[in-house]
Amino acid sequence: VNVALTGSDWLTLFVQFLLLSCLSVGGAITLVPEMHRILVESHGWLTNEQFVASMAIAQAAPGPNILFVALMGWNVGLNAGGGLANGLAGWMTAFAGALVTMAGMLIPSTTLTYFATRWAHRNRELRAVRALKQGLAPIVVGLLVATGWVLVRGDADSAVNPSTVAVALISMLIVWRTNIHLLWLLGAGALLGAMGMV
Amino acid sequence: VLTVPSVVVLAMAIAFENVADTAAGQGALRGLGAVVAGLITATGLKLVPALRSSPMGHREALAVVLLTFAAVGVIRLPLVWVLAGLGTSACLWTWFCLKRSDELRAAQPEAPAP
Repeated sequence: VNVALTGSDWLTLFVQFLLLSCLSVGGAITLVPEMHRILVESHGWLTNEQFVASMAIAQAAPGPNILFVALMGWNVGLNAGGGLANGLAGWMTAFAGALVTMAGMLIPSTTLTYFATRWAHRNRELRAVRALKQGLAPIVVGLLVATGWVLVRGDADSAVNPSTVAVALISMLIVWRTNIHLLWLLGAGALLGAMGMV
Repeated sequence: VLTVPSVVVLAMAIAFENVADTAAGQGALRGLGAVVAGLITATGLKLVPALRSSPMGHREALAVVLLTFAAVGVIRLPLVWVLAGLGTSACLWTWFCLKRSDELRAAQPEAPAP
């Protein structure tokens, strides 16, 4: 996939993630539907497959899951710079993409959120703080379920793939009801997929 | 703090980049994606029992879950609007419910806490 990104597009990418970071009511993962809207649907900077793959790889890898943000930026950079096959320029553009999205996501949340969290903790008895926390709790649940749906739904114009939904539903039930190690599930999913069954 | 994991994730991405050209590699990524989708949904569902003690009421909280899901996941409204509309309403409604229960408790100091 090749995408042309102008200087103002890069700025837009940065500012969008900066703004998104301020909207993260339940962690970066609740922002995934909005990221899909921006990166895949509005601008076409990522294909749906690349978006889902970014989430899949970041969740399967060890380390903090917020790295899916870096992977999305990395893939935008790959599309913009002609990919790693394009040599140094391709590598640099991919790195720039990862840096831009991560910086956008982390700058507000490491400053603003730090102070907001401390203030909220000191005033946790305050009715407004309790209302904010408990009022947003169902919103966070809705956003998490919406994230799952956006990841299985696929492109807006193509039909939903029933086997993808089935695998997602079964994994959901297993994670919800059992304590099986996630790596088994991820491995099974990858295997089923490689055999062409998802 | 994020440097080492970043390198690991990017290395995995580069490895997958080579695999993604094959049909099996693309399938594996689709399979992983479907499992991850289920995993994130389950994270949300595990929080549902906690909504039972929501000040706005259990059923009301579940309605907010459904409305958020529909607005963000199905209608695909921008998140800003959803938070400004649904988020603000949910917090204000919770505030009023908390105020009411606080006042009730203040009026009957003898009554045991519910």
